[in-house]
Amino acid sequence: MRLRTVAILGWKELQTIVRDPILLLIVVVAFSVSVYTAASAMPDTLHKTPIAVIDDDQSQLSQRIVQAFREPYFLPPESVSYQLADQLMDQGRYTFIVHIPSHFQRDFLAGNATSIQVLVDATRMTQAFTGSGYLQVMIQQELQAVMGTTALPPIELNLRSRFNPELNAGWFSAVNEVISQITMLSIILTGAALLREREHGTIEHLLVMPISAMEIMAAKVWSMALVVMIAALASLVLVVQTALEIPLAGSLSVFTLALVLHLFATTSLGIFLASFARSMPQFGLLLMLVILPMEILSGGMTPRESLPPVVYYLMSAAPTTHFIEASQAILFRGAGLSLVTPQIIALAIIGTLFFAIAHARFRRALTYWQ
Amino acid sequence: MNTAAELVNVSHFYGDKCALKSITLSVPAASTTAIIGPDGVGKSTLLGLIAGAKVLQQGSISTLGEDLSLGPGRHRLFQRVAYMPQGLGKNLYPALSVYENVAFFAGLFALPKSERVERIEQLLAATGLLDFAERRAGQLSGGMKQKLGLCCALIHDPDLLLLDEPTTGIDPLSRRQFWRLIERLQQLQPQLSVVVATASMSEAARFEQLVVMHNGEILAHCKPFELLDKTGAESLEQAFLQLLPNTYQLPAVATASRAQPVDEIAIEARSLTKKFGAFTAVDTIDLTVKRGEIFGFLGSNGCGKTTTMKMLTGLLPATSGSGTLLGEPIAASSRASRYKVGYMTQQFSLFNELTVEQNLRLHAQLFKVASHQVAARVKWAAEQFNLNEQLHELPPQLPLGERQRLSLAVAMIHRPEVLILDEPTSGVDPVARELFWQLLIDLAQQQQVTIFISTHYMEEATRCDRISLMHAGKIIVTDTPTAIMAKENAASLDDAFVQLLQRAQTDNVAPVATELLPSESSQRRSPYFSWRRCWSYLRRESMELLRDPIRLWMAALGSVILMTVLGYGMNMDVEDLSFAVLDYDQSQLSHDYTHSIAASRYFAEQSPLINEADMEQRLRSGEISLALELPYGFARDVESGRRVEIGAWIDGSLPMRAETVQGYVQGLHLHWLQQRYTPEQDALTAAARIDTRYRYNPEVKSLPAMMPAVIPLLLLMFPAILTSLAVVREKELGSILNFYVTPTTRLEFLLGKLVPYVVLGMVNYAVLLLLAVYLFEVPLTGSLAALTLASLFYVINAALFGLIISAFVRSQIAALFATTLATIVPAAQFSGLLTPVPSLEGAARWIGEVFPATYHIVVTRGVFSKGMSFTDALPAIAPLVIAIPILLTTAALLLRKQER
Repeated sequence: MRLRTVAILGWKELQTIVRDPILLLIVVVAFSVSVYTAASAMPDTLHKTPIAVIDDDQSQLSQRIVQAFREPYFLPPESVSYQLADQLMDQGRYTFIVHIPSHFQRDFLAGNATSIQVLVDATRMTQAFTGSGYLQVMIQQELQAVMGTTALPPIELNLRSRFNPELNAGWFSAVNEVISQITMLSIILTGAALLREREHGTIEHLLVMPISAMEIMAAKVWSMALVVMIAALASLVLVVQTALEIPLAGSLSVFTLALVLHLFATTSLGIFLASFARSMPQFGLLLMLVILPMEILSGGMTPRESLPPVVYYLMSAAPTTHFIEASQAILFRGAGLSLVTPQIIALAIIGTLFFAIAHARFRRALTYWQ
Repeated sequence: MNTAAELVNVSHFYGDKCALKSITLSVPAASTTAIIGPDGVGKSTLLGLIAGAKVLQQGSISTLGEDLSLGPGRHRLFQRVAYMPQGLGKNLYPALSVYENVAFFAGLFALPKSERVERIEQLLAATGLLDFAERRAGQLSGGMKQKLGLCCALIHDPDLLLLDEPTTGIDPLSRRQFWRLIERLQQLQPQLSVVVATASMSEAARFEQLVVMHNGEILAHCKPFELLDKTGAESLEQAFLQLLPNTYQLPAVATASRAQPVDEIAIEARSLTKKFGAFTAVDTIDLTVKRGEIFGFLGSNGCGKTTTMKMLTGLLPATSGSGTLLGEPIAASSRASRYKVGYMTQQFSLFNELTVEQNLRLHAQLFKVASHQVAARVKWAAEQFNLNEQLHELPPQLPLGERQRLSLAVAMIHRPEVLILDEPTSGVDPVARELFWQLLIDLAQQQQVTIFISTHYMEEATRCDRISLMHAGKIIVTDTPTAIMAKENAASLDDAFVQLLQRAQTDNVAPVATELLPSESSQRRSPYFSWRRCWSYLRRESMELLRDPIRLWMAALGSVILMTVLGYGMNMDVEDLSFAVLDYDQSQLSHDYTHSIAASRYFAEQSPLINEADMEQRLRSGEISLALELPYGFARDVESGRRVEIGAWIDGSLPMRAETVQGYVQGLHLHWLQQRYTPEQDALTAAARIDTRYRYNPEVKSLPAMMPAVIPLLLLMFPAILTSLAVVREKELGSILNFYVTPTTRLEFLLGKLVPYVVLGMVNYAVLLLLAVYLFEVPLTGSLAALTLASLFYVINAALFGLIISAFVRSQIAALFATTLATIVPAAQFSGLLTPVPSLEGAARWIGEVFPATYHIVVTRGVFSKGMSFTDALPAIAPLVIAIPILLTTAALLLRKQER
């Protein structure tokens, strides 16, 4: 492999990208508008949750309880009738419906058994679980306040959130969006660029020249990685830090190191996928198969701890898993190089492995593409 | 009506470049006209404009009496005109058979079935293609492709036939057959007008009218003999040259006697054989080329010339036999030998996204021309191949001939010792070809460069030192041109070859002159919406899809795999969160507190924290999500009733998880307090129980909640990805032209593209449904009819979404990226998959409200989990229906019916 050839070929790739203004526009939109929308859109899990009450008691106590459901956690509770409750929940209007039975205050104060029913729309997973816990605590606190809590020792739980004191979901969404665009764009750009060369016959043309498969690959990897890297860093600084005013805790240079390694792996993956596809539509489908699980299961959308063991181990082969872990540590928690070393090493290993496999596969593909 | 086309002051620009300068021309009807001129003078642009394929920028054109500036005029015209673009089989579909290709065009002109079958057979018989009706167009030779192109063009019995360089790249025998066919057609249909663009003067002589073009202007328009009279030239070729400005005058033809080639072997092949499966492309050939020799390689299309050349360059490994190149065995063709060889492939294969200059520079650099010489070498190549004016243009904007010149320049930029050129002059005009050959002869004579060249032009073959004629993988004869002519007793090399080929050929049946019944289609009116045309596009798209089993299987199985992975993997339950305690008190009470947290299924205790720094470090590394700090004197202070504070630090970097942790910790804290200190009060609050009922999913499992949400995601992505490539792919590969120049309307085109993928999407839906119900055992509690209906509309939405993107973007890459961007993100984040739409804010809320996935998720969840009835589902289905006309109109508006 000669570096000069790799440099020249890579430069050619960059010139090619510049010739497709719509593609450039889409890249810009992906890293700006998309990130901005995702960040400003995603509320906290329990944010303005639609809630309704069936207050059959209409007592002081029941009103006290209803008033406890306040913004920002809940939308102002709407009063609904018992008959309509099921139907409204079926339509997905409310995540929670709290039913306070008649004579609740009387029974409660008299110590008679009574119960408040909380209906939860369990199909709304995120709100359902967090929210029902909150609701229980809120109701109990109100009840205790009425009873007088003097009997309890004054042990307070002082909850503090580190790294994101207000638990602003936008912080997470913004960075997560940047990460997912990085993965998506780098795979598509590299793979599609290779396929386009194949469909236009220019790969064959390159092979009659004193150029090896390794050089062709390396050129694509560095040039596409560079494009994505510039776009991603610009997005972090201009959109996330400046426009959205989200503080990034860690050092951008450590993040860049992780990013470079991640791109090494994803661009190799792009080439690998393209070497299997015979046409762009086939590549598009392969892409779906790979990108969707990578986007959804590597800790970006759902907590990684809750993956079933098999999937958990499978996903540790995906570079995104480690990159997301590293980025969260660096950007949110301000972790330095020493703390993310395991992820960096994992990314380096995965990247090298992907590159080697893609290279073997690409060379084989070249012989039968003829 | 006595004109086929009437042009008044027509000008055309590509960016700043003027391709046509105020042209006024009248092409008489029922005649044959040739537009002649060198490359890049505007011939193709002129034909494209007359055909209505290109947008008319300035001036007015009326073709067959129809005003082309008006849509209805063009629509009527397309029923009566046929346009065959430049390039072999550019508007054909390689995956379809010969018969299917013609049938597709028959459908586009809405030929009734009875007439169609008869006419297709007549045309195929007339062109000698009937025996190959089942062969795929992609496997045809160049000559056969052109004949097939002609069949497709003639299917609707047009009044005007526009052919753009139809015989470029075709062997002499096929070329003769092609012109004989056109002559025959005219005899049968005297009212037919034929307009041909050509750079070949020998062909131009056949035509009644000649239009001589240069530099976007018409130099002369007259009959061939008038042109000869006017210029006083002996041949058309000379007459043409005399009309041209001085810069195009040829230098004296170099006929100086050639020095004998050095007696040193440059290229040698011994029993070289290449088999593709059962098919033998090259059959044990032997040849020897000496250093400094110009060796011509001739033969009909598809006889194995290109394969032989690829083997000689080392691109293709030989099945058996051996070869040497400059003394080195080819199999082990080293990198060093590549620096000494220049190779030019048949198809243009340079980088379309780089300018001419960038292409030259890139190749000079890749061939390791010393960096200080690169600029000089680029300059040399640009001058030598007359590319100075095109230096900053992109290859796709150049006419074929200029692109070929660029390919040549690239092949020679590193001054190789051996040049292997595969039909380098196909489509290059005579002047440029003459210049090129002078250069070749010069290289061979002065610099002892060995040249191995394949060509279809006999006048070029005569200039070679020796030539080989190849047929069906075998070399028939190898000798000097004069010796071959003498042996065959032929007046010209052309005749000698036709004789040799005819003797050798058994499969290429000469066209049979059958009678062609006039079709009634040209008299038929063409409605604005025709099911036949729509069906034709639909059928073709489906066939292409069915012939691509990989795509089909991936679309079907892909969603199954994804559903399994996502269904199992997407899990919102947060359990076994790691936490650690910084216990300064180390009392029984503090241990009890810690234990109460650790005992819950939500938390898993890690080794205790040593100090604040340790806590900071372990939170930062993400090792623990929760740190509890129990202060000194915790037990003592509680005992004495003093206020105590327990610190809980939560990792807030994942806000969703952090909130869950907050809820859990608060609950556990309260629970501990009550249990320990107020058993009696506990009884009281227990009297007021809080019953939490999880509706629809009582066991709170992720699978039943996730499965119905994954289906909308998958049903959106697959159809959208496939349709997003459907239009832009035709744009990239050139077959979009068939949409431009036939009466096909946008709606027909879009529906034809839409339906196959909607059907595929519904198959997908059925598979996912069965999988969810039977494999994952997610019960279906509501109306199946509602779900199916909603899914149908939803899939239509998804496919239309892809079509909109496809109509908008220019490249397949952009289409892929735009589609993933516009589907995954909104569907996964803004459509209520995880967060309900009413809880979203800003643009996302707005996107969520209009995004089709939102409504489909409501229905799938409703029908799977909530026992939704048909009427309950209607409010969610309605928006999906309303979206269809809106999306369809948008796609139609974005789709262009003409080329810019």
